[in-house]
Amino acid sequence: MPKNLLSLQILKNIPKVTYFRIGAFIVALLFIATIILLSSGSPPQVAIGMWNGAFGSSDRFARVISTLCPLLLAACGLIFTFTAGLYNLGIEGQITAGAIATTLILRLIPEGFPPAIAIILAMLSGLLGGGLWGLMAGLLNIYGKVSEIFAGLGMNFMAQGLALYLVFGPWKRSGVASMSGTEPFSDAFALPTINNTDFSPIALAIAIFALMVTAIAIKATYYGLKLKAVGNNLRAAYVLGIPAIGQMLSSFVICGALAGLAGSLQVVAVFHRLIPNISSNLGFLALLVVMLVNYNPFLILPIAFLFSSLNVGSLELPLSLNLDSSLSGIIQGALLLFAILGEGLAKLSKD
Amino acid sequence: MDIITILATAIATSTPLIFATIGETITERAGVINLSAEGTILMSAMTGFAVAKFSNSLILGFAAAALVGAAIALVVAFGAITLKQSQVSIGFVLALMCSDLSSFLGNPIVRVEGITVPSFKLPLLADIPIFGKLLFQSDLLVYSSYILILASWFYFYRTQGGLILRTIGEQPAAAFARGTNVIQRRYIYTLIGGALMGIAGAAFSLDFKAGWSHRHTAGYGWIALAIVIFGGWNPLRVALGAYLFGILQSLASVAQSAIPDVPTQVFNTAPFVFMILMLALTSGEWLDKLLAVLPRSLKQGILNIVRTTPPASLGKVFDQD
Repeated sequence: MPKNLLSLQILKNIPKVTYFRIGAFIVALLFIATIILLSSGSPPQVAIGMWNGAFGSSDRFARVISTLCPLLLAACGLIFTFTAGLYNLGIEGQITAGAIATTLILRLIPEGFPPAIAIILAMLSGLLGGGLWGLMAGLLNIYGKVSEIFAGLGMNFMAQGLALYLVFGPWKRSGVASMSGTEPFSDAFALPTINNTDFSPIALAIAIFALMVTAIAIKATYYGLKLKAVGNNLRAAYVLGIPAIGQMLSSFVICGALAGLAGSLQVVAVFHRLIPNISSNLGFLALLVVMLVNYNPFLILPIAFLFSSLNVGSLELPLSLNLDSSLSGIIQGALLLFAILGEGLAKLSKD
Repeated sequence: MDIITILATAIATSTPLIFATIGETITERAGVINLSAEGTILMSAMTGFAVAKFSNSLILGFAAAALVGAAIALVVAFGAITLKQSQVSIGFVLALMCSDLSSFLGNPIVRVEGITVPSFKLPLLADIPIFGKLLFQSDLLVYSSYILILASWFYFYRTQGGLILRTIGEQPAAAFARGTNVIQRRYIYTLIGGALMGIAGAAFSLDFKAGWSHRHTAGYGWIALAIVIFGGWNPLRVALGAYLFGILQSLASVAQSAIPDVPTQVFNTAPFVFMILMLALTSGEWLDKLLAVLPRSLKQGILNIVRTTPPASLGKVFDQD
């Protein structure tokens, strides 16, 4: 009897919103299952297929990690812009700009140059290129009075056009230009990996380091506090004497730089060349990650890991189950959509 | 190609964008941002194509597309108006998720044969010199887009309903005090806007970009949102923006044959870039600086033409209790 009472007490102490979160998760799963059934697939088979696709071999798991690294970097960048109250939809273009800047340096490196230094220079260039792209979105937003959403989207189209131009124009593979990208770089210009898989410890170390710095900068520095003030109430921050324009621009540049570094990794650790779709939609995916963790840097790692596993796992679907790999995007979107709706319902029932 | 043919093609091919941008204009004028346009257009393009193909009926195809568009808009309306969550977040998630949904569910009908809207010259009107060739030698969908532009302008500025529509986007509290059910009207206009976006999708897959493939209409949803801002939330200006974009696309394809050295794909992105640049040029502070050196009489005129302001309550939650 007392034991029962105790468990009831515990149930009562769980905040109501938790039930709504669990409910939202279950509804999202039901929605996903329905979509799979509509395509005449079997949800358990799909689940097993995706699990094998992501974790079935060390090769595949390595690919999950190599997707995770740029995703983490982009998500870190977005923490800064979201904290400043900005929807940086330009992140795709910032990743692409970083990749282009990296490729540019690697193409300029003369023969016989130490490759390690070349890679470092190339990644710094990626940081710079992405930061510049972020700065331009910021300038358009602050001085051009274009909403950051459209400034960012415009810069995405611009980066996309530039990448296409380079891949099909001046940087085209000798003989044939195609969507498959520029001439691959020599192995010396690739980040070292373990056992011939895609797993690069250096890339992972960079991403984890960026995550730690981001968490500290946002949660434990004066800069993070000021950024939060700008994001929460732009006018109040201005009245209190916080240079809001500088803060907002800095968040654009930091986000762009981290996204640019993600683009660098796409070149030196994943594709080893520039392809038109070098960002692989990782920027938009990072937006979903950061919204799902409610802008909390400490939760980014598990969710980003889940999302990159879904991305890699879904590549198995067309091979073994004759389903399109876009299912991963549906799962990721449904998780966030129902989480947002669940949160809203919880608020509604409280009133 | 002569200039009239180029313009006529540009006007006709802008038709899907007309439906999408007028739909979004109606939604935003009511104070709601439906950022899902990219996903809505893709999803309804896929559904419209599939339904028209299997029912062998264009009407059913367009109806299904409109229904899909309205259904997605309903999620936006429910999340944004009733649950008071961020409209931008919900719209953005839906834009991505519905794009993927269209790829996943539309996988079996990629590059299959379907039906298309037949061309139809308007009798008498088609024979008017120049204008006939420019406007009246395409198909019924194109002509209905003209009606949509004029009708929405008339509704906005010449009817009681349109006045209330503009008020719930500007001063919802005032409209509510005068006895308007703001929430209900916002729902209705969001659904109408979504349905029009759905028709835009079918206008691509059943007419101007006939057929279905992965990411068939990629990019058009985002550009539709930009055109609405460029058009200052006024149906006539918005339509002008959509036609301008169509003309840019036509010019891009002309330029492409003239300069074969530059790859095709670059010209495809050029109009998108140009449109966003125009947006920055017309809304930026640099315009104020330029205007500062011009005489006052000229200044006001230019400002009236170029500068616009969004509905005051766009994207804001309204508590109606």
